[in-house]
Amino acid sequence: MTELTYREGVIRALGEELERDDRVLLIGEDVGAAGGVFQATAGLFDRFGPRRVRDTPISEQAIVGCALGASVTGLRPVAEIMFADFAGVCFDQIANQLAKYRYMTGGQASVPVTIRMANGGGVGFAAQHSQAVENWFLNVPGLKICVPGTPADAYGLLKAAIRDDNPVLVFEHKQLYPSRGPVPDEDGVVELGRAEVVRTGSDLTVVATQLMRHRAVEAAEVLAGEGIDVEVVDPRTLVPLDLETIVESVAKTGRLVCVQECPPGGSWGATVVAAVVEEAWESLDLHPRLVSGDETPIPYAGSLEDAWLPSVERIAGELRDVAAE
Amino acid sequence: MISDDETPGGHEPVTAVLPGDRTLLLDLQRRMLEIRFFEEEVMRLFMLNLVRGSTHLYQGQEAVAVGACSALREGDTMTCTYRGHGAVLAMGAPLDRTMAEILGKAEGLCGGKGGSMHLTDLSVGALGSFAIVGAHLPFAAGAALSAQHLGTGAVSIAFFGDGTTNIGAFHEALNLAAVWKLPVIFVCENNLYGEYSPLASTTAVEHLTDRAASYAMTAQRVDGNDVLAVRSAVGAAAAHARDGKGPTLLEALTYRQKGHSRTDAGAYRPPGELEEWLARDPITRFERFLTETGTASDVELAELRERAEAVVREATERAVAWPEPGLESRFDDVFA
Repeated sequence: MTELTYREGVIRALGEELERDDRVLLIGEDVGAAGGVFQATAGLFDRFGPRRVRDTPISEQAIVGCALGASVTGLRPVAEIMFADFAGVCFDQIANQLAKYRYMTGGQASVPVTIRMANGGGVGFAAQHSQAVENWFLNVPGLKICVPGTPADAYGLLKAAIRDDNPVLVFEHKQLYPSRGPVPDEDGVVELGRAEVVRTGSDLTVVATQLMRHRAVEAAEVLAGEGIDVEVVDPRTLVPLDLETIVESVAKTGRLVCVQECPPGGSWGATVVAAVVEEAWESLDLHPRLVSGDETPIPYAGSLEDAWLPSVERIAGELRDVAAE
Repeated sequence: MISDDETPGGHEPVTAVLPGDRTLLLDLQRRMLEIRFFEEEVMRLFMLNLVRGSTHLYQGQEAVAVGACSALREGDTMTCTYRGHGAVLAMGAPLDRTMAEILGKAEGLCGGKGGSMHLTDLSVGALGSFAIVGAHLPFAAGAALSAQHLGTGAVSIAFFGDGTTNIGAFHEALNLAAVWKLPVIFVCENNLYGEYSPLASTTAVEHLTDRAASYAMTAQRVDGNDVLAVRSAVGAAAAHARDGKGPTLLEALTYRQKGHSRTDAGAYRPPGELEEWLARDPITRFERFLTETGTASDVELAELRERAEAVVREATERAVAWPEPGLESRFDDVFA
């Protein structure tokens, strides 16, 4: 194990995959000499040069479409869309082209494309640079979706994504880039579709990802002092979703709360709730609950954004209510 | 290259006609005829309600796809639009399996999952027909990036309509291809209409090749109803690309003899326009050229026509007879 930041986990994964396969190349805005706006490709241009680490124009449609065309013809491109919100600029390329190419051609080709995007709020970027964009793609079959919350997952899921023969969207939470944690020195690839039980408990199950995973764990520690035993599950990938681990946990606790930093409508939490209700209705002692952002765009002012995002206090309060019912 | 009173410049020397070229010339004519008869069959099947959704026919534009694809070599790749039956056939996709795809059959190129607007046959380098305007131009740049990265020497050709020059993906792709000097040939089929709207009402420039100046890209206008002119222009663009000199924008002037899609009768066309273009039909024009140059006799050309018609009819009969896809197949191919 080595202690790395989330950002260093990303850089290490990219460097190792560039090293092991010449067909892997990075493309994106300022990913080269500048090392990426979030410094998540820092040093790779110097190591691998402009043939492997390519700066692009500010052209998200060209970036994603080019990655798709290159993947069908033998490369394994890793594209960066700087802020995940910019997926709106190339929504057609992701939702209509990348996701559907294999299906519409009757499986004539595989599409090994990874798209990395900086996701999430809490750092004052306002409504167009702060969203939890993974939710936009839940209704698009053909895309795998990774939402790493720790340095080990940032590293291990990215490696798995690059080796996968399908389009994989990897959402890196911008507030987590400086966070630190252990990363395995060997065998660190994290299989897609395997949830992690972050904290075991018997009274209720909390499902959370990325920043909310950490806040959920903090809230669980608070409740532990009150004698409430909370289990925290991080699905780590939303597609494929490890429903089995979630259902097992709910079978034990009888209570489910999903904590997410997005509005509730059309969210991954709503999808998990629907799936658990369908699969494990008998296990539930109480209706499941969503702890979400508000049904508004994300506001800029610090006090407003703090109120918008589920805080440790708010999460703890909701969990306390659920435990008491 | 084809002598034609309609073409500005009149009789040009026919440099393409060399003794050994007879096979090639007749093959170009055969392919154009097959596409023409194929589209007539698609229309007929549509009227019988055997083709679902919509379909976008290629009659009148055959010289572009056939001339261009004949200038490619093995390993080169092609992408096109939802008006793509002709281009996919020009790459060498089998008539029967192409028709079967349009009919939604299991034997179709895509197992019946794509249909008329998404014909794809990777085995002949036909990487896809794209139904969102302009979406394939970044894809074509990506295929060229692979060729450049892997050093295969392949070129990537993309066909698209005049309307595509107004969508963002066009500009993003052309700029990227120019900046990275990618081996791509962008072939704009200017058929004068973007869906129902005449070009001049939607596009600020008259010559679409003017767009190329924005990307410091080589560009050329070509008579898109002259199969040899298209072949020659694409051949030059391919050599340019293989030399590492980057992309080319070609504007092929042609005409859509049918409406935009099945429901469009083309009422917006000014009187006389269709007739004028029918007189420049690429197939009858090339027939004239073949007889005038002594390449083939009237009898031989009539036989070629009959044979093409029969081949298409037989392929269509096979396709119609093939079974529907198994219902479970709809769950296949979402992921690898």
